[in-house]
Amino acid sequence: MPGLEHTILIPLIPFFAFLVIGLLNKTLSPKVAGMIGITGILASTILAYQVALGYFFSFGQVDGVFQKIIAYKTSWLQFTDSLVIEMGAILDPISAMMLVVITTVSSLVFIYSWGYMKGESGFSRFYAFLSLFSFSMLGLVLATNLFQMYMFWELVGVSSYLLIGFYYDKAAAVAASKKAFIVTRFADLGFLIGILLLSFHTGTFDFQLLTDPNGPAITSVGGATFMGLSVVSLSLLLIFIGGAGKSAMFPLHIWLPDAMEGPTPVSALIHAATMVVAGVYLVARLFPVFAFAAPEALEVVAYIGAFTALFAAVVACTQPDIKRVLAYSTMSQIGYMMLALGVSGFGEDGLGYTASMFHLFTHAFFKALLFLGAGSIIHAVHTNDIFKMGGLRKFMPITHITFLIACLAIAGIPPFAGFFSKDEILAAALVSNKLIFGVGFAVAGLTAFYMFRLYFMVFWNEAKIEGAPHESPSVMTIPLIILAIGSLVAGFVPFNELVTSNGSLLATELHWEVAAPSVAIGLIGIVVAMVMYRKASNLPSKLSSSLGGIYKAAYSKFYIDEVYMFVTKKVIFNLISRPIAWFDRNIIDAFMDMTAKMTNLVSEGIKEMQSGQLHYYAIYFASGAILFVVLMLWMR
Amino acid sequence: MIEGVPLSHILVVSSIMFFVGVYGFVTRKNLLTMLISTELILNAVNINFVAFNRYLYPDKMEGHFFSLFIIAIAAAEAAVAIAIFISLYRNLKSIDVEDVDSLKH
Repeated sequence: MPGLEHTILIPLIPFFAFLVIGLLNKTLSPKVAGMIGITGILASTILAYQVALGYFFSFGQVDGVFQKIIAYKTSWLQFTDSLVIEMGAILDPISAMMLVVITTVSSLVFIYSWGYMKGESGFSRFYAFLSLFSFSMLGLVLATNLFQMYMFWELVGVSSYLLIGFYYDKAAAVAASKKAFIVTRFADLGFLIGILLLSFHTGTFDFQLLTDPNGPAITSVGGATFMGLSVVSLSLLLIFIGGAGKSAMFPLHIWLPDAMEGPTPVSALIHAATMVVAGVYLVARLFPVFAFAAPEALEVVAYIGAFTALFAAVVACTQPDIKRVLAYSTMSQIGYMMLALGVSGFGEDGLGYTASMFHLFTHAFFKALLFLGAGSIIHAVHTNDIFKMGGLRKFMPITHITFLIACLAIAGIPPFAGFFSKDEILAAALVSNKLIFGVGFAVAGLTAFYMFRLYFMVFWNEAKIEGAPHESPSVMTIPLIILAIGSLVAGFVPFNELVTSNGSLLATELHWEVAAPSVAIGLIGIVVAMVMYRKASNLPSKLSSSLGGIYKAAYSKFYIDEVYMFVTKKVIFNLISRPIAWFDRNIIDAFMDMTAKMTNLVSEGIKEMQSGQLHYYAIYFASGAILFVVLMLWMR
Repeated sequence: MIEGVPLSHILVVSSIMFFVGVYGFVTRKNLLTMLISTELILNAVNINFVAFNRYLYPDKMEGHFFSLFIIAIAAAEAAVAIAIFISLYRNLKSIDVEDVDSLKH
């Protein structure tokens, strides 16, 4: 669309920043490198705001309906006339919303890292990788077709891998980065097969065609089936596997807690606010296909989301590491978003869709705030263990207040942002599925409990830190304050007007019959946490010993890692890898070895022929020539 | 056509020369005599070329030219070979072919 081509610059500016910092790594001083990174992301933030605000308030709507606008498009790989892979930038409510979220959180994290990473040896490398990540993530949300999305999806995975393994001399960080990459890559295999299946079936990669209610993906439901599922359902399930891997849905969640080995700003940017919601974004992007053509797949999304939300919330209640609590909380909240998408319908019944996107939006603010706050705390006390912190509210007032705001927001206390989005999610769940509503309701209570457990352990309780920890420098606290303001006001954004499943306004109001109980259960969670953790007491240990096995299982993350280890080490290694290795060694290699041995044997026998005596050579030559002539005559 | 001398006679002469050359090449140990033997072989071939050309295709000239080429190349080859022999003699104080056996298995 003319006049909007500059949208493509939003991802490209961080990419150029990455190139400049990455290529001139040795010659640039760290400060200049950091400045280039920050300037790049600020430039694309300004562009993103300009485009997104323009989209929402001036050119996006036609007759009150938000349109999908292709801002820029170019054919990138032309295989045949019909098989063309395009690159471009799509603008619709969710991509415009994601642009705002990503650039806001990115630029705040870039600025925050200036203080957090000060003096680290890989300072410029860090900014290069962050810029690469921003490029990939922005490219992902702007993707006009499934294939472009897949490419940026993988790029995001690579930059996440690079950033988790940023401290590459730390064995745990290297192991975590490999785990994250392998698990998500494994899930992406499903995504790729899903893409191939869906595009083979519909003949297009293009989102506009795919999600068109009269388009080929949706109208061809009556086509081929496999094991009782239509091809569309099957391919969407496979695509959802990819989304579940990126978004750390059960049982592909095992990489996310370990990914906390990366620097904390990375956790805030990638593993809380942006990359992990890519799976939600993917489902939302293909939502019309899910809703019209594959209700079974949507149901799977709902149940997996609900289960993950509950599972992760339970585990989060027991973890001692501040970042891991936040990681499990992220999983739980993403489960919420998936659940909301899963229970949603299209058009008039699209409350879940709007709620999910709303929660994605608000969650990005308060979860990035929580992680950056945690980073500020870790920066001051040099430990991740909440049992070694305590009483920090006196030393770190700004971190304390902003962290409290984020906790209230995630616990769903009005008027903070999380309240509005959570209310919509629960209202949507109540309409469509009572079981899922129950799970969501329980999770709301658990969320409040574990967040305030964290809060009271860190900021109240008795001080266990030696000396006086100091507040972080203002380059770190100002992003916290901005995000805190975001967490306060994000809930008042009228999402039902801006982001809906079919683009037109969705009538909605505050559902007090849902909101009141959910606020109540949130308050109960807070009060329980306050009683248990505000002062040092033996209540927590009493409770955990009375819960016994359940507590131990939750503390060990329900042994999922052990199950994976068992499956890979015992089952796959013994039953598949070892026989294959045996076959390789004893059949394939042995064949090669035998050829070599035979050659050796033969040459050992005939090497005496090379005597160095010219006479013998002459005789060999002559007899060879004679033999040749005889043969020629005889063959004739 | 040379009166009274059929082609077969000439071929007999060249065959004798050829096999004398081969015999000399295989049995002699002196490199110089071996070189002389190869000259015999080459000249046997030359005779064949010229004879076939003269008797079978009298209106063509290829056989003659081939012989001329062979004579020229044989001269060059003799020069190279004798240079090699001289340098061998300087190193080994011998031109016996059985002493030149350092290139073996």
